[in-house]
Amino acid sequence: MTVSPEHYTEVNQLTMTLDGEPVSFTEGETIYEVAERHRREVPTLCYDERLEAFGACRLCVVEVEGIRNPVASCTTKATDGMVVKTQTEGIEKHRKTLLEMVVSENRNVDVDELSGYSSQEMTNLVDRYQARTGRFQGKKSGKSNTDDKNPFILRDYDNCISCYRCVRVCAEREGDYAINVMNRGFHTQIITEFNNDLRDSDCTFCGQCVQTCPTGALGDKKALRDADTPGEVKKTRSVCPYCGVGCAVDLLSKGDKIVGVQPAMDGPANEGALCIKGQFAFDFIQNADRLKKPMVRRDDGQLHECEWDEALDRAAEGFKKVREKHGRHSVYGIASGRAPHEAAYTMQKFMRAGFGTNYIDNCSRA
Amino acid sequence: MSNPLKDMEKPDVIFAIGTNMTECHPVAATRLKKALTQGATMVVVDPRKTRLAKMAHLHLPIRLGSDVALLLAMAHVIQREELYDLEFIADRTTGGKAFVEHLKPFTPEWAAEICEVPAEDIEQAGLIYGRGAPSAIYYTLGITEHICGVDNVQSLCNLALMTGNLGLEGGGINPMRGQNNIQGAGDCGAVPANFPGFQPCDNPEFAEKFSKLYQREIDAERGITKVTALNESGKSIHAMLIDGENTVVTDPDKNHCEHALKSLEHLVVIDLFLTETAELADVVFPATAFGETDGVQANTERRVQRLRQAVPPVGEAKPDWWIISEISKRMGTPGFEYDSAKDVFNELCSVSPIYAGLDWDRIEHGEYHWPVPDKDHPGTPRLHEGEFKGGMKGVFKIINYRDPAEVISDDFPLWLTTGRRLQAYHSRTQTGRSAGIEYLLSEESLEVHPDDAEELGLVHGGMAKMSSARGEIEVPVKVTDMSPKGTVFTSFSFANVPVNILTGGGYDPVTQTAELKVCPVKVVPA
Ligand code: SF4
Ligand code: SF4
Ligand code: FES
Repeated sequence: MTVSPEHYTEVNQLTMTLDGEPVSFTEGETIYEVAERHRREVPTLCYDERLEAFGACRLCVVEVEGIRNPVASCTTKATDGMVVKTQTEGIEKHRKTLLEMVVSENRNVDVDELSGYSSQEMTNLVDRYQARTGRFQGKKSGKSNTDDKNPFILRDYDNCISCYRCVRVCAEREGDYAINVMNRGFHTQIITEFNNDLRDSDCTFCGQCVQTCPTGALGDKKALRDADTPGEVKKTRSVCPYCGVGCAVDLLSKGDKIVGVQPAMDGPANEGALCIKGQFAFDFIQNADRLKKPMVRRDDGQLHECEWDEALDRAAEGFKKVREKHGRHSVYGIASGRAPHEAAYTMQKFMRAGFGTNYIDNCSRA
Repeated sequence: MSNPLKDMEKPDVIFAIGTNMTECHPVAATRLKKALTQGATMVVVDPRKTRLAKMAHLHLPIRLGSDVALLLAMAHVIQREELYDLEFIADRTTGGKAFVEHLKPFTPEWAAEICEVPAEDIEQAGLIYGRGAPSAIYYTLGITEHICGVDNVQSLCNLALMTGNLGLEGGGINPMRGQNNIQGAGDCGAVPANFPGFQPCDNPEFAEKFSKLYQREIDAERGITKVTALNESGKSIHAMLIDGENTVVTDPDKNHCEHALKSLEHLVVIDLFLTETAELADVVFPATAFGETDGVQANTERRVQRLRQAVPPVGEAKPDWWIISEISKRMGTPGFEYDSAKDVFNELCSVSPIYAGLDWDRIEHGEYHWPVPDKDHPGTPRLHEGEFKGGMKGVFKIINYRDPAEVISDDFPLWLTTGRRLQAYHSRTQTGRSAGIEYLLSEESLEVHPDDAEELGLVHGGMAKMSSARGEIEVPVKVTDMSPKGTVFTSFSFANVPVNILTGGGYDPVTQTAELKVCPVKVVPA
């Protein structure tokens, strides 16, 4: 494809200098977005690309020629001819100091990765900047509400850094406005409307606050039940098994055990969102009630566990017998609206190839 | 859905009817909330004051089963105010003249009598929908689970056709599918009317095609529906294979259903749990669950996505396709020599024109919406752009209002409607077995308006006896103004409140969908 001259100039109209390198950008992009595209690793804490930039943590500051103080790159729009430095010694020192302050206010820097999708963000930055010094050993901020009995969301505000990501995801993405921030600084708490348990608020337990929290102050209580289970956490991309929206998920497993679910941030149908069912109702899979062996009804009228061969033969014989006795229009198949395509396809083929009838339906009528 | 989910952030006007979206499709609802913050106007039609209804600019709590009357009157307003799209009607539809003629008597005042909402609100709904650029329709089972389910859907189509709201970004007619793969079950041909890919069974060309593929003569006529099959059980139907459906709890008229399954000579059930239905079987097979098997699923926007195995199956559980194939092989049926889910899916693609351009590897990242007619096709996120399939015309249907199968009477003076709740799914065989859910939703309840509660002597938390022409159940009372006076609501999620003993007074004559959304009942303190 040839690029027409007009097109060429239009795309290249806006340029800026990023760490000495001329780069182009499109109208409306922030410095952070431009830097990100060019693989500059600008640290962030209050930033979540799905949310409006907030500019609270100031970790993402950069130097802009002609402006005296460093600016927050996540909230500052790139302008034509701008000269930006993302990694000067001064800036890096400033970032380290900020992180040290944050660390000193928090009880834990290390939280289990099962806490949530973003839970390692702060830990990773603290390690990158070697900020584990305890230089500001001071008061602990916040107050935990770990006595909230809800079984899904851990609320441990000793680890809160007031980035407001949870509040913003609830408002901006979910439209639920279930939580807010009370006080600032050391006394910050994320509270519900009447400062009571989440169950008594507008919270729908979609878990989005948990997944965006960069410190584990909000954690996935269900997944954390397996924090001490040995083994690496493995992620497997799949799709929620409940409603027809088809939200993409990452199943978290340790060994042979499913321990949790995280939303797929790049899931095409959900773009990182989930609801309570997709987020928290996964453990039916390994519930003790699951059928483990085939069963057949014996002469005593009861169902008994048996080997596969016996059950498969009984099933096949039964259909053959009915077909012989009552003809091929005496057998019917009902497919599931929950099982995958392969189940539905083989079910309809079972009827059409096995009996030559279209005696097949599914449960969409229920 | 005619349009992709991402279009839900873009309508100018949202017309949501018979959908409790914030509870049943919560993630889709977040997109509508976004559209609202960007200035969209929303009209919600639902007897109940749902969360979605509370967010609406206009809420019409119409009487159960009166949708057709409302939609006729809205069309009447659009016609009277000349809000139609003449170009679209001329180029892409037929039957417009007769339709317009038909609309004349159906004024908002006429509909107000039937729907029990003010005529002005009906007028407004027509004006808002008619003026939207574009307007999008969203609906779920609140539209289809009626004896007039097909009429309801066609009335919605009429509205979209007369205003040209099809094939537009942010417009369309968008049914939200309730189950994760109910779309897929249809795509795969697990319906009595179509072979895979919606190729009609009663067209000899397709019957011949599949007879060849499956190496035996297949009837060139539709099969009977599930409802008919259950009615025929013990009469002409003597054996059934049921895959993963708790028919006894989720289908209407429980007693009838249980009796039907018991009268079979041979019942085989494949499921995860020993459900109420499996307990009646002669043979039960343990199927693999989500997370234990590879497979494919299609969502409500026709997006074809892969499921992946994360852990080994519990016990000796096997994939459904494997179990069904094994039974088939043992019956001597040819064509079931599959080694993997991939083999099965690729065969589906080879026989279904809407999947012709897909295969197992191409859907790795889930970016395709069917139809994908060939390998170079990018997929079809939005249907009906520019023209309808094959250059066909959109047909206006002449629809008339009719009463539900059963209407309230002195014996059964209250309307009962049923639905789902956010935290529970269907008969709870899965959500009920997930830790923590019971903290939020531990038991069923019957929502009763405070005025009705007082009149009937019901107290919040007390038990009520609820009966219909078919049976009687007991259920705890929740006094709330969620439902309008004269209407009560409960879900069908708890086995100890088998509400499907009561429902099932009638069926849509075309689809045989049961009228689960309307059931006259009597409620007294227990
Ligand atoms: S709880 Fe987490 S996400 Fe919320 S403000 Fe505190 S650190 Fe940020
Ligand atoms: S996470 Fe919720 S909205 Fe998404 S597919 Fe699952 S049940 Fe539906
Ligand atoms: S990331 Fe920019 S201020 Fe926090």
